[in-house]
Amino acid sequence: MSEKIELEVKELDFHYSGNVHALKKINLRAYKNSVTALIGPSGCGKTTLLRCFNRMHDLYPGNRYQGEVIFQGDNILSGGTDLINLRSRIGMVFQKPTPFPMSIFDNIAYGLKLKGVRKRAELSEKVEKALVHAVLWDEVKDKLGANAYELSGGQQQRLVIARALAVDPEVLLFDEPTSALDPISTAKIEELAAVLKKEVTIVIVTHNMQQAARISDWTGFLMLGELIEFDRTDKIFTAPSEKLTEDYVTGRFG
Amino acid sequence: MTVFDDELQQLKEKILKMGSLVEDALKNSIQALVDRDNAVARRVIDSDRVVNTLDVEIDEESIRLIALRQPMAGDLRFITTAMKITTDLERMGDLAVNIAERAIELNEEPILKPYIDIPRMREIAQGMMRDALDAFVRKDKRLAMDVIMRDDEVDDLKHEVLKELAFFMAQDPATVYRAMKISFVAQYLERLADHATNIAEMVIYLVEGKIIRHMVPPAEAAESE
Repeated sequence: MSEKIELEVKELDFHYSGNVHALKKINLRAYKNSVTALIGPSGCGKTTLLRCFNRMHDLYPGNRYQGEVIFQGDNILSGGTDLINLRSRIGMVFQKPTPFPMSIFDNIAYGLKLKGVRKRAELSEKVEKALVHAVLWDEVKDKLGANAYELSGGQQQRLVIARALAVDPEVLLFDEPTSALDPISTAKIEELAAVLKKEVTIVIVTHNMQQAARISDWTGFLMLGELIEFDRTDKIFTAPSEKLTEDYVTGRFG
Repeated sequence: MTVFDDELQQLKEKILKMGSLVEDALKNSIQALVDRDNAVARRVIDSDRVVNTLDVEIDEESIRLIALRQPMAGDLRFITTAMKITTDLERMGDLAVNIAERAIELNEEPILKPYIDIPRMREIAQGMMRDALDAFVRKDKRLAMDVIMRDDEVDDLKHEVLKELAFFMAQDPATVYRAMKISFVAQYLERLADHATNIAEMVIYLVEGKIIRHMVPPAEAAESE
């Protein structure tokens, strides 16, 4: 496991408009080519933290960031960040699959076209590569023109991952990517995460502790907007340092 | 208290029950030797069946809890510790049976010498065992460390016993058969203390999450440099 830092969160504070203090002085590192899981009870701030990594909060006015998120030497929270570029380098996969209402092929070609890829041959090649990568190719290669909504939930989720992969991201953010999926589809996404981390850095928010234990290398436990503990996943699930973490992972919360 | 807490408590109680049976077996096996009492020895041998049954039950229950409850952190360490402790307890029960068997064999022969160090070894080993299980119940790291330190006393006594028996054998070959049986008993007691040490080491893991088995103590590491 490489120890190079891909994302470094320094003293991050986040307020939602209306002055809700959702993240308090968060310090955390996501290491390159690793899977980092963020766990914690509902409302602890894990999704809020994930959304800071590609500035999703900017979609709503009045939200305020303080502190830094360093990505390849730059603070992505600074004013000069090109958000379109940022979101192609740090892709996001949501809880419910979000395919575009178009064909399987076009779902993936969409981002590539935005990036200026025009030639049909190059598009085809890149679409295939992304689908192979997301382990969806064999299931859809004969119906690339079919509407993406015809796919099952698990397939749609892998399509969305393929779409993110097509534009060569460095980081993938997963926001409870399997909570709407059956166990078989869940297992496929989890396997995929293990394969994909060889090329991208993954940060995943999950409500499923066993999932965090299965797929992540590092785990951060958040509560009430604070990062209570951050350590290697095996340490968190076998011998956490903090009493609060122990209570949470053993289900004795509160 | 949750249902799961209740299940963990039951597991703990089974281990303590097994521990107290093995403790009795150890005490009685040496009593059978010292008092030359075959009936007591046979009781020790018979009681091992109950210990073995508990060993299997604790393993099955632990596996069930791992599969169905998917324990984490302290719970996970507790259940894995339970499984390892029972393995040691089961072996300790077998060693008590071995002592009882040697006692029956020795009871056929005239007395070689009064037993002094062997009951002493038994007392220390039994104390270690009781304290190791106490440390397990109370999650007491200091008591567990104390048990580990006491292992040397048993080792030293065993060497004393073996030295003395070697002297008997050298003096009179007619004592060899008996002396060998007694030296086996000393060996069993030393191993019983080793198993108590294993349990104490597991308690350290239970409390701290650190596996200290096979580690060179700091003092010895410094000496070997």
